[in-house]
Amino acid sequence: MADVRALAEAVFREESGRIVASLIRISGSFDRAEEAMQEAFASALASWPETGVPANPGAWITTAAHRRIIDAVRRERTRRDKQDSLRYEIESSAPATQEFEEEPMGFADDRLRLIFTCCHPALNREAQVALTLRTLGGLTTPEIAHAFLVPEATLAQRLVRAKRKIQEARIPYEVPPVGRLRERLVAVQAVIYLIFNEGYSASSGDCLVREDLCAEAIRLGRVLCDLMAGDAENLGLLALMLLQNSRRAARVVDGALITLEEQDRSLWDQSAIGEGLALLEGALRLRQAGPYQVQAAIAALHAQAGKAEQTDWAQIAALYEKLGEWNPSPVVALNHAAAVAMSAGPEAGLRRMASLSSALDGYYLFHAARADLLRRLERRTDAVEAYRRALELAGNPVERKFLSRRIRELE
Amino acid sequence: MRYMMLVYSKELDGEMPAEEAVRIRAGHAAVLQDAAQKGILQGAEPLAPTTTATTVRMEDGKPLITDGPFAETKEQLAGYYILDCQNLDEAI
Repeated sequence: MADVRALAEAVFREESGRIVASLIRISGSFDRAEEAMQEAFASALASWPETGVPANPGAWITTAAHRRIIDAVRRERTRRDKQDSLRYEIESSAPATQEFEEEPMGFADDRLRLIFTCCHPALNREAQVALTLRTLGGLTTPEIAHAFLVPEATLAQRLVRAKRKIQEARIPYEVPPVGRLRERLVAVQAVIYLIFNEGYSASSGDCLVREDLCAEAIRLGRVLCDLMAGDAENLGLLALMLLQNSRRAARVVDGALITLEEQDRSLWDQSAIGEGLALLEGALRLRQAGPYQVQAAIAALHAQAGKAEQTDWAQIAALYEKLGEWNPSPVVALNHAAAVAMSAGPEAGLRRMASLSSALDGYYLFHAARADLLRRLERRTDAVEAYRRALELAGNPVERKFLSRRIRELE
Repeated sequence: MRYMMLVYSKELDGEMPAEEAVRIRAGHAAVLQDAAQKGILQGAEPLAPTTTATTVRMEDGKPLITDGPFAETKEQLAGYYILDCQNLDEAI
């Protein structure tokens, strides 16, 4: 029974975004889609231990959820006002009897419809990102809250209001017409970036790196590039994700966090690096420079260093300078300071970080970064204090465990 | 500074004009100089919390506060090393 539950949970993690997207298309409602999926999963847990796990668990669950929705819609249709609050096509052909095979293109279209719907301009930017992450990205409310550095309750409210807004504003479930596409794109890019970020350094759960989220973000990034050729930031975003993800296998070994200086670079995915570098070249040639391309260039400089000592930290610092002009964020400034520390020495980095302490006091990486620079300067008491502060704030168990063990080893 | 060149260049085709290349290199030198001077210029002014945010372009003037996949902290400095102390009391 434990195995069945574990498998169902794995299927949920990997496929819920895709399944929910198609359910929304069918049902016309976020809430109904979510409800149908919960019920389908419950039914899977009830029947699979006896009937055995199906060959295609995702398709089984999709079919079961579709059936529930079709049944509910048929029951309500006679009662309901024809003017639905959402203009969806409700499928009257018999999907209830149709088994769902792998339909990658169909699912891709549904996910695109969903992501553009969630990023509709009637919603404010925060709501757009939160809603897409919740329904399509498969993130939980606490995970999204962490990515935004806001309290969970705030995020939960944001989601409730967003869904209500879609209902009330009669937002259509569609990919925007070509003329509107570009303006709608910025929020979509932000959402994909944030999904990737959560996969790259997970805020909770037992894995630091969640491959499924990174893979999903990269997949969405590819679809976006295909949908809109010639957008340099789309290409830059995809390049950035491929390049950062290329180090996945080297970053966590035996449950331990391995830094760039110590990573076994033979484990880096060279084909992902090659693709990322080529995409970045293509993007920069379009002469529409932007923040994703600059981040990709920084990532490229790491990827191209055969050994840690060969990293071009000076250029990385210069690129962060440029990035800071577009994105005056203290998180960017912190990473700029880190690059300066590596190129000009820890003191230079610490001086820059000092000015960020009020903005970033609640951000564990601020304290961890300071701690590391203090360690390099052999200011041990200060380093330990900073490490402890980081530990208080670190959310991911892999990071916490690592730090705790190190502090314990001293005691 | 190849990526910096590409990021700054506004030319569609061919080589960057010599003056622009010189200007960009001079700009780089200034950046590196600043870093070497231990961040006196920009590091000195505290960033107000209200300027926090965005890895998203601020087109509608409303920025987002976000984290991001930045290796410089998450992979470079966030590793927690053993403190090389012989004496715990010295460290704590």
